[in-house]
Amino acid sequence: MAKRIEASGVTAYYGAFKAIDSVSMTIEPKSVTALIGPSGCGKSTFLRSINRMHEVLPGARVEGRLTVDHQDIYERDVDVTAVRRMIGMVFQRPNPFPTMSIFDNVVAGLRLNGVRGKAALEEAAEKALRGANLWNEVKDRLKKPGGGLSGGQQQRLCIARTIAVEPQIVLMDEPCSALDPISTLAIEDLISQLKDKYTIVIVTHNMQQAARVSDRTAFFSIEKTGDPGRLVEYDDTQKIFTNPAERKTEDYITGRFG
Amino acid sequence: MTSSTTTKPAAGAMLPRRRRFGAETIFRWLTTGAGTAVLVIIVAIATFLIAEAVPALRDNKENFFTYKEWFTGPADRKFGIAALAFGTVLSATIALLLAVPVALGIALFLSHYAPRRISTTLGFLIDLLAAVPSIVFGLWGRDYLVDPVKDLSAWLNEYMGWLPLFGGDGPFGKSVLLGSIVLAIMVLPIITSLSREVFMQTPKANEEAALALGATKWEMIRTSVLPYGRPGIIAAVLLGLGRALGETIALAMTLGTTFVISFNLVETGGNSIAANIANKFGEADDFGRGALIASGLVLFTITLIVNMTARAIVYRRREFR
Repeated sequence: MAKRIEASGVTAYYGAFKAIDSVSMTIEPKSVTALIGPSGCGKSTFLRSINRMHEVLPGARVEGRLTVDHQDIYERDVDVTAVRRMIGMVFQRPNPFPTMSIFDNVVAGLRLNGVRGKAALEEAAEKALRGANLWNEVKDRLKKPGGGLSGGQQQRLCIARTIAVEPQIVLMDEPCSALDPISTLAIEDLISQLKDKYTIVIVTHNMQQAARVSDRTAFFSIEKTGDPGRLVEYDDTQKIFTNPAERKTEDYITGRFG
Repeated sequence: MTSSTTTKPAAGAMLPRRRRFGAETIFRWLTTGAGTAVLVIIVAIATFLIAEAVPALRDNKENFFTYKEWFTGPADRKFGIAALAFGTVLSATIALLLAVPVALGIALFLSHYAPRRISTTLGFLIDLLAAVPSIVFGLWGRDYLVDPVKDLSAWLNEYMGWLPLFGGDGPFGKSVLLGSIVLAIMVLPIITSLSREVFMQTPKANEEAALALGATKWEMIRTSVLPYGRPGIIAAVLLGLGRALGETIALAMTLGTTFVISFNLVETGGNSIAANIANKFGEADDFGRGALIASGLVLFTITLIVNMTARAIVYRRREFR
């Protein structure tokens, strides 16, 4: 299921602006990797490069090499939709489709993949909702709109929608930043469970969260506004938070900077 | 009793008194007045239509709702709305069937496919099309479009004549097809620019949600843009329909002016309530005018029903918005 991500010299631009400069790192399968760093350091940009969502923005492009199990996802004749099916994404703000019911939201990706048949969809929906720890809360109102759920439930609905298509990798872009602490804990528990099946990369502003959920942590930073973001340090989470090699990392995690 | 100053409270003393006649109040009354004006205008129009129509309807020798012809001379006072109402709805429906798919296509192209520069220019041209007066469309349709439509009609008649829509033996030319094509072009800009606005308002978060699931661009449009824009599309189509139903002069110039109920689109013929009013009003006496105003009342009612139906559709799934 889960796959290894290898980035080498990944550089991303918004038009003429260089957002990240030459990021190289290897992300192991079935692990949780946290990307931390101050605002504007390019951690989200790097995350969005992994499933080729960066290039959706006008003028945005990526250079360098990014492979998933040795397959270059930026190769010319790679089908970008196949890349995104393999690498799911959960966004900062819960974004269920507002016009769809809970059920339709969960199976939206499956329908895009051409899965038809009520039984198959129902089975997959239950599995995904159970996987997202949401089944018990919504099983009696699957036909109701997804927008009627609380923020935390909506975010778990989005996670269910993402894992329903059984991706190899799940990317999360500050998935808890719009949620209250209890919903945040629910999502963090979920991340620990999902790790058994998926490779997870999570961007977070919350360092306790990075320390709680991740196996490895990558610290990104910028010199000053307008400079591209760089990967400063990448190591076991334990090591980053207790004994970082770089002075900058230490300053950041102890709150002296950023 | 106490201090009468309302602006400056003494330090640490009372809070300022609330102002009774400030800009707030004036603004509230202005908006209330504007809102009431709508109601007054509607009632005034309805009263005018009914008051003028009733005497003519009383002297009508035929059933107003089922009779198809329109005679209002002193000798022959029989007129009915059946053929006109049918023609109005038929030409408006055909016009929408032609215009809506094209309009939505243009709108999607402008909002999601075209490069910004092309999109701006083309959007401007579409708005320009909306500014062309209907008499110009009428003249253009009558003088330039009539021959191509005649050829098209003959072709449709030859190869699809087994369909009642395209049957008959001619002559072709000023027909429901010609009128509807001109109408379609006239309602195209309004439907296009409204739906483009709606499509551009689709939240980026929803579009990205679809793309991140592995949707192609068209799949993304189907899962996020179109459902999100649905009420807006209905409203746009509704406004187009309103214009198509009420369009007067362009149809008066392009329809064949017959008084029959027929689904045939290609043979010379067709008529509509508004076109009939335009054609007959000049030479009508008091009685004739009353009769035409009665037909106007029917058009008013049809438009009202269409509007209310569309609103009902928009609100039915409100839970999901």
